Amino acid sequence: MYTPHTQRDIGQMLQAIGVESLEKLLRVPDSVRLRAPLDVVPALPETGIVERFEQYARENAGASFTSFLGGGSYRHYAPPAISFLAMRGEFLTAYTPYQAEVSQGYLQAIYEWQTYICLLTGLDIANASVYDGATALAEATIMAIHANGRQKVLVSRAVDPNYRGVLKTYCDGLDVAVEELPVSADGTTDLRQLSQKLESKEYACVALQSPNFLGIVDAPSAAAQAAMKQSETIVIGVVSEAISLAALQPPAHWGAEIVVGEAQSFGIPVAFGGPYAGFIASTKDHIRRIPGRLAGKTVDARGNEGYVLTLQAREQHIRRERATSNICTNQAHCALIATMYLALVGKTGLRDVAAANVRRARELAAAVTAVDGCSLQFGAPYFNEIVVNVHQPAARVLKNLEQQQILGGIDLGRYYHEYADCILMAATELTTSDDIQKLAAALRQSVKVPTHV
Amino acid sequence: MSDHTASPLIFELGQEGRANKYFAPEKPLDEYLPAEQLRADLPLPDNSELDAVRHFTRLSQRTFGIDVGFYPLGSCTMKYNPRVNDAMANLHGLRDLHPYTPDAHAQGALRIMWELERSLCSLFGMEAFSLNPSAGAHAELAALLIAKAYFRDRGEHQRDKVIVPDTAHGTNPASAAMCGFKVISLRSDRRGRVSVDEIRKVLGPDTAVCMMTNPNTLGLFEDHVDEITQAVHGAGGLCYYDGANANALMGNARPGDMGFDLMHLNLHKTFTIPHGGGGAGAGPLGVAKHLVDFLPTPYVRKKGDAFELDFDLPKSIGPMRSFWSNFAHIVRALAYLYANGAEGLTKVSQLAVLNANYLRVKIREFLETPYDEPCRHEFVASAQELKKKTGVRALDIAKALLDRGYMAPTIYFPLIVPECLMIEPTETESKETLDGFVEALAEIVETAKSDPEKILAAPQTTVVGRLDETRAARQPDLRWYPA
Amino acid sequence: MKLAQPEGLLYSKEHEWVKIAGDQATIGITDYAQDSLGDIVYVELPRVGAQVAQFASVGVVESVKAVSDLFTPVGGEVTEVNAALETDPALVNREPFSGGWMFKIKLAGGDSQRSGLLSAADYEAFTKTQ
Repeated sequence: MYTPHTQRDIGQMLQAIGVESLEKLLRVPDSVRLRAPLDVVPALPETGIVERFEQYARENAGASFTSFLGGGSYRHYAPPAISFLAMRGEFLTAYTPYQAEVSQGYLQAIYEWQTYICLLTGLDIANASVYDGATALAEATIMAIHANGRQKVLVSRAVDPNYRGVLKTYCDGLDVAVEELPVSADGTTDLRQLSQKLESKEYACVALQSPNFLGIVDAPSAAAQAAMKQSETIVIGVVSEAISLAALQPPAHWGAEIVVGEAQSFGIPVAFGGPYAGFIASTKDHIRRIPGRLAGKTVDARGNEGYVLTLQAREQHIRRERATSNICTNQAHCALIATMYLALVGKTGLRDVAAANVRRARELAAAVTAVDGCSLQFGAPYFNEIVVNVHQPAARVLKNLEQQQILGGIDLGRYYHEYADCILMAATELTTSDDIQKLAAALRQSVKVPTHV
Repeated sequence: MSDHTASPLIFELGQEGRANKYFAPEKPLDEYLPAEQLRADLPLPDNSELDAVRHFTRLSQRTFGIDVGFYPLGSCTMKYNPRVNDAMANLHGLRDLHPYTPDAHAQGALRIMWELERSLCSLFGMEAFSLNPSAGAHAELAALLIAKAYFRDRGEHQRDKVIVPDTAHGTNPASAAMCGFKVISLRSDRRGRVSVDEIRKVLGPDTAVCMMTNPNTLGLFEDHVDEITQAVHGAGGLCYYDGANANALMGNARPGDMGFDLMHLNLHKTFTIPHGGGGAGAGPLGVAKHLVDFLPTPYVRKKGDAFELDFDLPKSIGPMRSFWSNFAHIVRALAYLYANGAEGLTKVSQLAVLNANYLRVKIREFLETPYDEPCRHEFVASAQELKKKTGVRALDIAKALLDRGYMAPTIYFPLIVPECLMIEPTETESKETLDGFVEALAEIVETAKSDPEKILAAPQTTVVGRLDETRAARQPDLRWYPA
Repeated sequence: MKLAQPEGLLYSKEHEWVKIAGDQATIGITDYAQDSLGDIVYVELPRVGAQVAQFASVGVVESVKAVSDLFTPVGGEVTEVNAALETDPALVNREPFSGGWMFKIKLAGGDSQRSGLLSAADYEAFTKTQ
């Protein structure tokens, strides 16, 4: 229970209050009194808790399989220094830094996070983080709608389907229509369709992801950039594999005014889906519309530099129904981990880790396409994920691989009916040549070369 | 915390050539990708591991958490965060499990989600909980989206009003606006409660949802809550329970029995998830039977002996986030439930209420307590009289507490109490800690009367004094720029 | 504190002032308004060319910890906004009735708009009731 009260304490405190019993203190009207006994998990001593969760952890055999899963959550190396630092109680058990004088450390860390995100995305400002990449896209879309007042939004089908799902959930609430752009044969967004759609000047924004969900580098061409500019449509760049920011042109370079994404790759465990940290960066123009918390630098009466939460009049607790967002929480602790990761790994390490991802993905592609019946679905340049066509239902092949303790990737048919024969496979710096050989060997057994009927 | 020297930014520490050897050197990227796709520069510093470790250690030392001292922040439930929870969340089989792992190979994780879901249903009297929302405000948004979908499904498109008492938490109007609802603000009565008569006046065919916190932010139990929910239901509306204050009634009374159709919980308040400096949190969303079909995806189910994530809910509002839940926090919350069991959880809220009332009777000896009756898990005091006599405001008391090693209570909220101090001690604090806090607060009030300048000049012992927030807002400096 | 209400201006109950010269109106917020808001950090002004109705909400005034709607005491077309407020919003605190003006309007209709507004003396009396 983690309660320190002795019987004597309870007696003295009740006496001070002037109430006879705890039950009396908690009394509620009869009509709402608890009647049924509670059906909650049983109380265990700490040893029992550990025993039980170790058992549950073992029941997740998948955590120890050879894995090629990616699709918005990536297994990367995190230097151990991170967890030692991040688990310090001062960080772990602090609340939102409202009392700035005793929160300078955390506020400075947020300021450093904001800076890292700006430097990586090539934009002017960044917030203290939001729930995750998907909600970052939804929030950015609302920023765009507030900025230009248009009531329709465009999103590429090559954007992570979970992000598109959340975008639709949020837009339903606002009665905003979401339209999708098709994917071309090479795995990039169909830019011809994009340019056509933009002629009407009715879209608040267009969201493009690079590398996209199919692993393809999907930066728009100069012509498409011109069309987006011409139509005064706000370009939202989406990044779900943050390591790519160390290698590829930052989205600001291809016209993104707002860049959103997921920082999980920066040292945050995959943890069956969360918590992670979403980021939003933008040009200065959107400073009053960017949602969530912002840390800023200022001075105290003695002239000492210090940090505060600032521009709070944008936020829900003050702006109420006029606020761009209802968000209160940021993902401070996840953003802190990401900041530590970036500080430790640094420019050199980040370049190396990005290059290692790119190299491993090519090694994976070479090994897999050497298997009869397996081919790359798309021809455009890719980062650390590939789409492999197995020319039969991907689900069947993946099941076979699981029997050899391999998680071969994501069955794309889950999200794209036209790619039901395709598997999305990820490689990172933690993928070994042995892993790749093991997968190739297993595929050789699983993928029967299609016979002509 | 007496080191007043500025802490250099990580960007000012770094030097070229000081990289740590975490990875093998790689060939340049243009061997693999077209040069025009590659970024030219990456303007980040390289720091030695020791420099970085010292940097963040120093930042931690400039941060106040529950582990440092008493944290009586009202409505935030800053209770002790047991370390075994973190240890469990960091077990390899849980930490390193990818969200796309097929159900068959993630049964332990799905069981954890299911056990938490079932326990929460019983504890709060709900039919089902979605573990999808990332935080309280996120769950609140999901709840209103469910209400919108529910009324749309019933063809009741005219229902667009959300009723919010003036004691409610600040997110309510912003969440309502994100769903196209309009807010009707309801004044509480002299006893600090929602009045049944007042609510009847605003109910009608356009009523969508009534949002309530119980106990409310004054720490008072809404004793007519069942009459209120009946009246809202009578008008065809839904009732939403903001579970931010669930620590006051867990195991003793259930929102479901009070007539609420929707509710959220803040796992980072009631269920000991570390706040982590403002997140990540987790906000399970509970619903009554008639709203189960509208829950966000995915929903965890037990089929026979196996567990699965169900993505196929035709009437669902859709997903609220990238992946299924803030799973590491689901683990922590379940570990906390195991540490307590039903009986322990009942005791938790009893002792939380005991601690709050003990502080209340001690503090009312030298500060006003505007609603002078037994409270629940928190209560409000006011520095209104003190301000009139001495010029010392709630803000000044808060800053003086920092000098004395305490986190300040929530101040200036709820808005209906002038110079408000909202105090929530939680059940994990000992009588000795509470006595120490009372003594510090009493001394501050005494000093305010004898030498107000001393209190107005607080804090003195912190690494910085009161900061110029106007300057921060007028000339926003939100990042460092490379030279 | 005695708050000055210059003569010759008209006032709204939402604490805006308007100076009317022919069909041109200049609008700002009163000393009372800036004083109750505290340090103003940002002013969101209407778009030049926008048609606004009398008493409509046309912008927002932000202080560090409060937000207030900006209403227009007269209707018409917005012809100019005070660009200086973008870089120096404190002008509203320092000179609410001069350098801190907010926007100008080409009046629609005629003198009828004046009838809903208060004189300096009436506004002074009104603020006492607040």
